[in-house]
Amino acid sequence: MSEPEQIGGKLMSLERAVRTFVKRGDQVALGGFTISRNPMALVYEIARQSIGDLHLVAHSNGQALDVLVGAGCVRRIEIAYGGNGRFAPTCVRFRKAVERGAVVVEDYSNYQMALRFLAGALNVPFMPTKSGLHTDLVRLDGFSPELRRVAALPAKKLVVLPDPFDGEEGDVVLLPALKPDVALMHAQQVGDDGTVRIKGLTFADIEQAKAAKAVVVTCEQVVPAADLRRDPDQNALPPFLIDAVVPLPFAAHPTACHLFYDYDPQHLNEYRAAARDDGAYESWLREWVYSVADHDEYLAKVGDERLQRIKADPVRGYAVGLDRR
Amino acid sequence: MSKPTTTGSAPTAFTPREMMAIAAGRFIADGDIVFAGTGVALLAAGCAKRVQAPGAVIFFETGGIDPTLDEIPLAVADSRVMDGACINAGIIEAFSYVSNPRLHTIAFLGAAQIDRYGNLNSTCIGDYHHPTVRFSGSGGACDAGSLAAGFIVFMEHSPRKFVEKLDYLTTPGWLEGGESRRAAGFARGGPIAVVTDLCVLRFDETTKEMYLAERYPGVSDDDVVANTGFALDVSRAVEALPPTAEELRILRDEVDPQRLILG
Repeated sequence: MSEPEQIGGKLMSLERAVRTFVKRGDQVALGGFTISRNPMALVYEIARQSIGDLHLVAHSNGQALDVLVGAGCVRRIEIAYGGNGRFAPTCVRFRKAVERGAVVVEDYSNYQMALRFLAGALNVPFMPTKSGLHTDLVRLDGFSPELRRVAALPAKKLVVLPDPFDGEEGDVVLLPALKPDVALMHAQQVGDDGTVRIKGLTFADIEQAKAAKAVVVTCEQVVPAADLRRDPDQNALPPFLIDAVVPLPFAAHPTACHLFYDYDPQHLNEYRAAARDDGAYESWLREWVYSVADHDEYLAKVGDERLQRIKADPVRGYAVGLDRR
Repeated sequence: MSKPTTTGSAPTAFTPREMMAIAAGRFIADGDIVFAGTGVALLAAGCAKRVQAPGAVIFFETGGIDPTLDEIPLAVADSRVMDGACINAGIIEAFSYVSNPRLHTIAFLGAAQIDRYGNLNSTCIGDYHHPTVRFSGSGGACDAGSLAAGFIVFMEHSPRKFVEKLDYLTTPGWLEGGESRRAAGFARGGPIAVVTDLCVLRFDETTKEMYLAERYPGVSDDDVVANTGFALDVSRAVEALPPTAEELRILRDEVDPQRLILG
């Protein structure tokens, strides 16, 4: 690892990054997708700092969403999907919180949420789509008009209009832009100038970062900027959009980080089992979040043997032959 | 209503899940662009590619296009959707392929509830604001159902799932039947078939109402009717071709040798 001189004041500890950029009541965009590249270390730190009343915005999120909801940090969610693939078709704490009325949800689809981040990134008020016409995604609001006013949200969930250019195309759905207070993401590499490289699928991380008022990135490695600038089409975000960089190997665990490590099937299975019972879940949070001082202690708890087992094949990007039952 | 767990005798005995994967895979033609989720959809796509549609392209809403699928992905964001892929896209790019009118994109979708017009619910049971059961939500299902050239639905066949009225309409099927889908503003698409653990259902050309097209060997019309929560036309039903020994071999030995999805 090179001496990260040019990142300057942006290079910081996990504790400081969260304390500085995530405030009670913030609208927070979660990067990653279901069991891949979730900003888990940031999420655990938010829970440790007891930052509450968060308003989450994401397309399909899994583990990060579920831990934040389970730890009681979340008041509202705009989302398309809360699940962990085969490890939890519906995230368990998310499901329980919605059924108990502990969080308020407004539903969109993946494409719709991605377009809303794009609208924010482009600084236009909305983006149109044909997706969702005539469905309850369009007909039913999750948030009341009163909540929209109090929380300074757009006055409407969305608007359906006839295509203003050519009536023959029929109706279109206009989706309001999202401009989250902060985007949390995990990347493989950040250059020592702050350039961000994401390997593999980018999901909507790039649009989320461009739409947000602040961007916090954890990364597997800080590398010389010259290395990343030799192949700039592999880079995802320029330095000037990034507010905090936290170098932290395995910061997406137990979700996967392409080319670095796979998801951790055992951890995800144990999590799901604990999540089903309120008491067991409290114990899980105590054991894995509250009583863990920092990320190093978390990794020590996971153990080298496990981390070796999920280590990715450098070509395939995942742990070949991993026991995933 | 009891359902068969296996049908036939070795070596061509098969489970309902195996039959579902193979029956659904038969809908895929060479050259189709297949929007796959996880689970049985992946098995269906994997079978189709190895049996009758080697030129079909499997892709994922996360943006992994045409991967090897040497190992089964357990989520659409699994790194295995990128293995040997021709391109890694983002979500917005992925849906640009779904909606591209040049491409015959067929989506595989699952749901908690389906109605007679193939509209799907994957959001909740009960009132949306106070649900008794909350599910994952749309994900990309609403988008694929809206924008793809067509979609195929996987369902467990039970009266709780085949309902008169959905608790929440997440994904648009034929809406209220007839011409209503087009009138709503969709230029194309709609459900092609529903593949269950008992049968294959299709939709009437004119009314767009679901009917029983093929029942699996060992399943009667009555079994299907008893497990469907709305009136179903069975007058056009024929028996489905059972899986061939070759189809079963491909499914078991090549597509899911670890039985991660077959169980």
